[in-house]
Amino acid sequence: MSVVPRSAAVRFDGVDFAYDDERVVAGIDLDIGTHDFLGIVGPSGSGKTTLLRLLLGILEPTAGTVHRTPGLKVGYVPQVETVDWNFPVTVSEAVLMARPQRRFWPRTTASERADVADVLGRLGIGDLADRHIRQLSGGQQQRVFVARAMLRRPDLLVLDEPTSGVDVRTRHEVMHLLGELQESGLSIVVTTHDLNGIAAHLPRLVCINKRIIAEGSPFEVLTPANLEATYGAPMEILEHGGMPLVIDRAIVPRRGIG
Amino acid sequence: METFLEPFQYEFFRNGVIVAVLTGALCGLIGTFVVLRGMSYIGHGLSHAIFGGAAASAVIGLNFFVGAGIWGLASALAIGRVSRRGIIGSDAAIGVITTASFAFGLALFGLFGQAQKSTDALLFGSILGVEPIDLWVTAAVGVVAVLLIVGRYRALLFTTFDPEVAAVSGVRTGRIDALLMLMLALSILVTMQVLGVILIAAMLVIPPTITRLLTNSFSRMLWGSAVIGASCGLVGMTASYHLDIASGASVVLTGAALFVVVYAITGRTHRPERTVAESPAEAPTITPVTSVTPVEG
Repeated sequence: MSVVPRSAAVRFDGVDFAYDDERVVAGIDLDIGTHDFLGIVGPSGSGKTTLLRLLLGILEPTAGTVHRTPGLKVGYVPQVETVDWNFPVTVSEAVLMARPQRRFWPRTTASERADVADVLGRLGIGDLADRHIRQLSGGQQQRVFVARAMLRRPDLLVLDEPTSGVDVRTRHEVMHLLGELQESGLSIVVTTHDLNGIAAHLPRLVCINKRIIAEGSPFEVLTPANLEATYGAPMEILEHGGMPLVIDRAIVPRRGIG
Repeated sequence: METFLEPFQYEFFRNGVIVAVLTGALCGLIGTFVVLRGMSYIGHGLSHAIFGGAAASAVIGLNFFVGAGIWGLASALAIGRVSRRGIIGSDAAIGVITTASFAFGLALFGLFGQAQKSTDALLFGSILGVEPIDLWVTAAVGVVAVLLIVGRYRALLFTTFDPEVAAVSGVRTGRIDALLMLMLALSILVTMQVLGVILIAAMLVIPPTITRLLTNSFSRMLWGSAVIGASCGLVGMTASYHLDIASGASVVLTGAALFVVVYAITGRTHRPERTVAESPAEAPTITPVTSVTPVEG
């Protein structure tokens, strides 16, 4: 790990990763800024999660380097679909487990209780501390894991498919929350499959399919050529409310759109 | 009452009860992690593997704890090595290595003429096999387990609940997993005399399963499982004396009976919980534009 210029929190420099002989990502050059809000889009198996794991240090590149700013604190929010919702933890227990145990006896101190109450309050779930995690709505469940990551006071928040499998209202809640956190000074990276509901609303996108296909604003990245190169299927782009809207070209004539 | 307390006048019974209470509590504590990590099969397998070591120790006259302990550790390492090759899953590796070890133990007992009595005692548990040294060894393992769980409480919880995020957050998950496996192997070793090979896995699973029905909190499940495990040990051993049945069977049946009662009561009072997102009235979804189904005509 080496030092990066102040403008970038993390820099991928010619990064490859392969399992045995199977290359998962190749030639990745990417900067993640200190107040970035970056979306990574691509089809299943395109290397999105591998890119996140390289960013988090769970995986080491097989070639190239991932440079991180010294002292950079990263909070990670996994896909909620990977969570065991029957696990016996209350909201406060789920959040507090991220705080290292400083004393031998694991009793929660007054300052730890105050920190948990503070982060839950900031995320609007302060009154749910004693609830079991299964007894929450989709948006509240996502907030619990954002709260757990926030308890570490991260500089960079990384979320893997934060809106996968959630309803429209929850998606709005999550996006609104992430927007607020980014405005408060955090750098945020999300992976998503949802081109219209999430990607088109982000200030910066990276389109990936083993390698980076395109990088820039949604209008620069969400083009028919880039999307065909990424997904291998023809797509149309419309403009709606000042944002790009991706339409599957196969359905356009039948729907009478475009 | 006098009849009920009668066995407590015998030293061998008092020793047996103390060991059963300690092992019940120990199984409850370690079993909480076993159940929540879905490791029940490892517990079951390790106890069978250690049987081979116990048999070998008896045949060559080696101390039970030394021989069976080394054997259990070697089996755990072998399971890890075979499953790391990737072609065979860890469940299959456990199945092959532990059953082979178990069969080896049976063969040794058969060949060297210690068959029936020793085999039955190790398979189903026997209060007569409990010696004062067992009491001290069990107490020592129990103290180590409590110190480990208290001192590494949050790391154990985080690694059990979400190992990947725990690792990203700086928890040394490999070390925590290794400590837990070591504690599991030691717990099985000291529990074998009372519960027997066949029934150890049941006591690792039953107390945490009962407490899971009673609480949604991890800490209450952990310590509650220890209390329930210890209670099953006390009641089961007493019943074992009065009913003249194997101590392991008696302790496990006590736990199973308690599970049935708790399951029946919580089944009446608790409806399955449903998240708000799962509620049809509150979870409107709109099909994304990128996946609209074509309409004919």
